[in-house]
Amino acid sequence: MASSSERSPPPFPDSEDQDVLDSEEVGGRESDEDDGEDLFMSTSEQPLTEMDTTLPSATQPSDVLMSSPLDIMSDPLIEPFSSPVENKSAGEVVSEPSDDFVDLTNNVTEPAADGVTTEANDSAAISSDDFFDILGSESEALREEVVVVDDNAEAAAAAGKSEVTGSVTDPPGTGKQEVKETSTAAVVDISGDSSASDTQQPSGIDKIVNPLVDLLSDAPPSADAKKPSRAAMDLFEDEGSDLFAEPRQTKSAKQPQKSLFGEPDEDLFGEPLGAAKKKSINKEHKDKSVTIKAAAVNNAGPLQEPADLFSEEAVTTAPTKSNTSTVQSKTNGVHSEEEADIFAEATVELSLDSPRSERKKKKEEEEADKPSASAPSLSVAASLAKTQPAALEELEEEDEEEQEDTFDIFVSVKDPEKIGDGMNAYMAYKVSTQTTLAMFRNKTFTVRRRFSDFLGLYEKLCEKHGPNGFIVPPPPEKNLLGMTKMKVGKEDSSSTDFVERRRGALERYLQRIVNHPSLLQDPDVREFLEREELPRAVSTQALSGAGFLKMINKATDAVSKMTIKMNESDVWFEEKLQEVESADQQFRKLHALVESLVVHRKELSVNTASFAKSTAMLGSAEDNTALSRALSQLAELEDKMEQLHQDQATNDTFSFAELIADYIRLLGSVRASFDHRMKAWQRWQDAQTMLQKKRETEAKLLWANKPDKLQLAKEEIAEWEAKVTQYERDFERVSTTVRKEVLRFEKEKARNFKLRIITYLESQLQSQQQLIKYWEAFLPEAKAIA
Amino acid sequence: MMEEVQDVTSALSVHGHNIKVTDVLKDGDTLTFVIVSQKVSGTGEYHVDRTYDDVEWLQQHLFSQEDVPGLHGVIFPPVPAKPQVNVTAKGMKQLGFLGLGEWQPYCKALETFLRQVASHDLLKKNKAVEIFLTSSDPPGRQRVKKNIFNWLSQAMDEMRKEGHKDVDEFFQAQRDQNLVMTGCTKNATERFLEVVLTEQKIAVACGHFSAALHLCVEAGEDPVKQAFSRICVKLSEVLESMKKNMMSVAENNVNTLGLGLDLESRYQEAEKEMLFRRTCKLVELETARRSAEKAKPVKKAAMEEVKKAAESEFDHISRVAKQEIAQFESERVQMLQQALVGWCEQQLLTAKESADQFDRYLQAFRGMA
Repeated sequence: MASSSERSPPPFPDSEDQDVLDSEEVGGRESDEDDGEDLFMSTSEQPLTEMDTTLPSATQPSDVLMSSPLDIMSDPLIEPFSSPVENKSAGEVVSEPSDDFVDLTNNVTEPAADGVTTEANDSAAISSDDFFDILGSESEALREEVVVVDDNAEAAAAAGKSEVTGSVTDPPGTGKQEVKETSTAAVVDISGDSSASDTQQPSGIDKIVNPLVDLLSDAPPSADAKKPSRAAMDLFEDEGSDLFAEPRQTKSAKQPQKSLFGEPDEDLFGEPLGAAKKKSINKEHKDKSVTIKAAAVNNAGPLQEPADLFSEEAVTTAPTKSNTSTVQSKTNGVHSEEEADIFAEATVELSLDSPRSERKKKKEEEEADKPSASAPSLSVAASLAKTQPAALEELEEEDEEEQEDTFDIFVSVKDPEKIGDGMNAYMAYKVSTQTTLAMFRNKTFTVRRRFSDFLGLYEKLCEKHGPNGFIVPPPPEKNLLGMTKMKVGKEDSSSTDFVERRRGALERYLQRIVNHPSLLQDPDVREFLEREELPRAVSTQALSGAGFLKMINKATDAVSKMTIKMNESDVWFEEKLQEVESADQQFRKLHALVESLVVHRKELSVNTASFAKSTAMLGSAEDNTALSRALSQLAELEDKMEQLHQDQATNDTFSFAELIADYIRLLGSVRASFDHRMKAWQRWQDAQTMLQKKRETEAKLLWANKPDKLQLAKEEIAEWEAKVTQYERDFERVSTTVRKEVLRFEKEKARNFKLRIITYLESQLQSQQQLIKYWEAFLPEAKAIA
Repeated sequence: MMEEVQDVTSALSVHGHNIKVTDVLKDGDTLTFVIVSQKVSGTGEYHVDRTYDDVEWLQQHLFSQEDVPGLHGVIFPPVPAKPQVNVTAKGMKQLGFLGLGEWQPYCKALETFLRQVASHDLLKKNKAVEIFLTSSDPPGRQRVKKNIFNWLSQAMDEMRKEGHKDVDEFFQAQRDQNLVMTGCTKNATERFLEVVLTEQKIAVACGHFSAALHLCVEAGEDPVKQAFSRICVKLSEVLESMKKNMMSVAENNVNTLGLGLDLESRYQEAEKEMLFRRTCKLVELETARRSAEKAKPVKKAAMEEVKKAAESEFDHISRVAKQEIAQFESERVQMLQQALVGWCEQQLLTAKESADQFDRYLQAFRGMA
């Protein structure tokens, strides 16, 4: 970031900036980034425009340290991620913030109309002043930079996830007060602490993510080179680099933090540290629980703890929360641009999951079946902690995958039952699970689910795992005709056939999900299998809203597929996509052929039955006693054959037709994962284009010699560079996942087909042997005629 | 031509029981059958080629023998329906089993017809049979006038006579039984034909499936892909063998029970026709008797003459018919028994073969990595 900003000084024209912001706000998944940018803008402008506003920040009990302003900002930032909590606790302080905030930050240059704005700007100004004092002889440029950096860091901290914000809130007001009083050393300490806690968070989250660790190790040397102020640098050489070195080595955030803090820190931050420790313990707990594959729902124990923690924190008023966060970020700012970069990186890594978490949270809000306010954010954190390691596990360990393929879990769907009458009727199935996995409370359990529940599960899984490139096994489609027949209550062979087919398809669908190492970890899956009653809201949503949404998504997908002309660099994907396309066509053809085979088999069964009947008649009409007897024997034989043919038809249906139908659906999912990868690519490309544009703007500004806007442009470029890096990473991650998933899919496909064919041949053999028995029994009868 | 044929009544110069229709040639819309028969005198064979026209010629000659007493009492071996090269749905229905395949079932049926004719005590004496089997010139290429055949078709219009009460209890019972059997046999034959047709469809479907599976084979070094390709190829083989299995099941059905039921059905029809002819004669006789009674003295003698002739003819017919029916009954049961046994044996063989194949494939799949 520093390098880029040096290269491109002139700031941005506001109008364009706003455009960018607007456009980004449209794309919901980037909302975290938006917020970061908003903040970024507002704070950088503050020192320049609002220096002399002297509104006291009344709300803060210990506010001299200017943290409240930023705190106000950070709260709204937190908002999108864990709104229920924040709305209740932090909401007191920032009564009307989140909505207005975007506007606020966009219009900082204008006189602040809103109380909150003024307060924010004002205190921001104070903050920079104070900061200046504390640091002593720092240049204006540095200060500015510091602010920038600090904002970045803040953005990083806030944009990341609720976890980050959660831990940020840990230090209580007392710590902050002392900070105010203390000398620069204290600040350094705080910086050390904050950086520690910040790094602890990323490292906690990204323990397994190597890139960040690498970055951390790179940071100190580069800090040397680029630092403008020697004194500040020293500070960081001492504390910061050590700090970074240690987490890198041990990868455990908890330990280094402890050692770093030393005595003074302990005094100062005794409580926060404790909280942080607790936090990390919790986190570890969660991680552990992930590794032992316990469901979030099951996790009542471990989760309860964090819940308490959260609620406690919610009680400790919002000011405290955000104050500390500002302190941290501020002091982080002192660390120099390199660290800002680091945090930017952290942001990158963290925000990978944020869209998902956000969406998940939204959903949970919709569900609204969680009374505790802290629960949503909690489970977000939990699911994040869980899903990410799961994903990373997937990426990292191939062997493990092999292991997990042999999961000892069997799901069966039984007893389809029509519930209700008329058009409100629906089918319910018994879902029985047999498992020896430790993450389930029981070895066997059975729940009752209706068809729409199965669909709802799929929707949830798709939303969560689809964008990451996972191939989510699809359930059978809704079948209006079949279902209407069911509802009308026509109990003919076609409707029983329909029910049986669907039952089988649902069973295979669930089995595929639990066979998937990552999907099995999903709390929704476990909830689906274990929980006695699923919230009805989910299924209704699956019925109406989601179905409709899916339709729209499909339509937009089709459009984007046409418009996005992906410049495929990876031959593997190109080939695979073609393979998938052709496999899809072939499977469709095969399916049609098998279906016609099944139709003929059924026809044969029917014809055999009528032949049996006519033979019986012929036998009864026959005068010759021996012949008559033989003919009636023949009629019996044909009756048995009819049953054989019928079994054969069923066998063909379930061995081939349904298997192939499954794979046609699965290929759709494979294609969807390719699409998700393409979308990630597109996002990356768009970001690159945007970055290019920003650089051009910067060059223009440089040419026009507009230093005031140059700074803004620089910052934006840094922002976009971070985004480009993030999206590229994102894309690569999705690519890796897709690749792995496709390989897994193919392996599964071969295995599945083989097993199915073996079963098929076994039954074929059996029926032939049965046939032999029949003929052998009939032969003497025929010979006895004469 | 007709005269000379009828004049000569000599023993057939070929064996009747091993006449063969060895080949069928398709020339445009007409089918030409190669008929081979062994000479009674030592070694040597007659090879003649005949079309369906020739067969019709033969049949007409058989119908129109006038010097054979009680000819109407003969159950004429049924001629297969005229083969149609471009088989339509309707033609197919008419031909039944005989329309299947590449006319092999038809040849079989024709062969059976010729054997029956050549072995029939009354019919084999006809010169036309000899000519048909031995003459190198095709006899039936010119249109022949229809006589008894025409009479027969006229008689068909007088279906009401069918319900005429018989004077003889035996014949009355035969007629009733024949009526039931004709219906049942026809029905069974049609149902069985449907079974066979469906089996053929299944075989075709298996073939398509098998072929389509070959398209799923993907080239490449990837072991997973290769494994899947191997599975596809193997499954394709399985389906190919299922197809063959199904084909032979269908073929077995056609060649044994199918032809048997078809022949039985046509023979029942032939018996029905014979019984009907006899009934017609009965009606004729009764009419003659009535008119002889009512006749005026001038015509009385002539009427009596007619009555006498009718009576003797009817007696002849009844006598021959009784023999024929007895013969038919025993032959029929034997034929059906053969068909059933042959059918059962062949199907058993096919089932065993395919069970073996399935077992082999099963082992192959289990052994697959």
